[in-house]
Amino acid sequence: MHRFANPARFLRLAALVLPWVSVLSALLFAAGLYLALFVSPEDYQQGDTVRIMYIHVPAAWMAMFAYSSMAVAAACALVWRHPLAEVYSKAAAPLGAGFTLLCLVTGSLWGEPMWGTWWVWDARLTSVLILFFLYLGYMALVDAFDDPQRGHRAGSILLLVGAINVPIIKFSVDWWNTLHQPASVLRMDGPSIHGDMLWPLLILALAFKTYFAATVILRMRAELAERKIQTLRLTQAGGV
Amino acid sequence: MMTRKKRRLYMLLLALAGLGTATALTLTAFEENVAFFFSPSDLVTKPPGDKRVRVGGLVEGGSVVKVDDGVSTRFTITDTAHSVTITTDRPLPDLFREGQGVLVEGRLGADGVFVASEVLAKHDEKYMPKEVADALKASGQFKPELPGKPVYEAGK
Amino acid sequence: MADFFHMGGYAIYVWSSYGLALLILVGLLAASLGTLRRKERMLRSLEQTLPRRRRAVAGDGEGKP
Repeated sequence: MHRFANPARFLRLAALVLPWVSVLSALLFAAGLYLALFVSPEDYQQGDTVRIMYIHVPAAWMAMFAYSSMAVAAACALVWRHPLAEVYSKAAAPLGAGFTLLCLVTGSLWGEPMWGTWWVWDARLTSVLILFFLYLGYMALVDAFDDPQRGHRAGSILLLVGAINVPIIKFSVDWWNTLHQPASVLRMDGPSIHGDMLWPLLILALAFKTYFAATVILRMRAELAERKIQTLRLTQAGGV
Repeated sequence: MMTRKKRRLYMLLLALAGLGTATALTLTAFEENVAFFFSPSDLVTKPPGDKRVRVGGLVEGGSVVKVDDGVSTRFTITDTAHSVTITTDRPLPDLFREGQGVLVEGRLGADGVFVASEVLAKHDEKYMPKEVADALKASGQFKPELPGKPVYEAGK
Repeated sequence: MADFFHMGGYAIYVWSSYGLALLILVGLLAASLGTLRRKERMLRSLEQTLPRRRRAVAGDGEGKP
């Protein structure tokens, strides 16, 4: 469990991985955007608005992935006191919030022309809005205490309580009548998207994921530097 | 003897299980409120009276008519078991067409005609190019998805 | 080409979506890079003001007080 716990080892590993994920992300974005905007066909029903899907769906997946991984990290922090777990959650939160906002707004921009409304309070849309507030609440809570350790403890508990929302988002469209349609890719009987539309979607999903990996590494490095600064300031204040 | 780490882990799992059960029970108890719309069958099983409700179904083929006033549209939606006639003076969304899932919001009149103050289109989870859809339609394999399921079970 | 920008009449919706994605992704990346640069600069200047002996104790990479 603690094999990757040592921040120094993490920093070495991160330095090794970062250039590769960055290049990979750029390549995936280039390929994915080309396929999404130039190659993929119009949908038989939705015409060109289907191209919003190539942004909306990867953003939604990443919003859920970032939160789930933060909840797992929160469990590691609370149970095993893993020193990097809290650093990860704090670094990932603004990214997750960004993906959720992107998902909500592109959903609105897609809903208006196709459904005929910007927003409805159905189970799917509402639970994703709650996810956005969970991100904001976590970020506010972590910084709300004078003692950073207590802030992180409270934040971890919020992340775990809010984790119940993740399966609700995923299955809301199956459990209840919603305006939002059921899943098209992650479903029992295989994807219901034609291959010409599925490929750009999967490539852009990977592009989002590698972007997240690269950016979260940068943010974790910044947070570790910040912690070192705090330590040095304390030693300095303590006198030589 | 349990280690502190193990004890913390078990406490956490217990708390999560409790929270999950409580959430599941609450959501099941309020299922009617969580459902965004009812099906035409629900209007028969449990008439809404004068209450504003949302109903979702497929627009029946050949049922869409422009009313003489030039603004209103009249059509039927169905969940294959039951149908209901809708009339509305609201603009229809781009996706509105026969065989398409739609949601209407409004009141069921005493004459059995549902007066909708809002019409939303609901699309299904299938995405494909036009040629593929046309080929499926030509071979008769094209089946529109019902937009939802009845909230109330008949006889309940 | 005009067809491409027209997006079948849905240009405003499609291009707003892609524009917002660009804004959020580039914005978050730039902010993260900026913070990292600032923190690393601060850390370097702090380390230079501290005597070597202290640095060995404090800067052990654990990040814990």
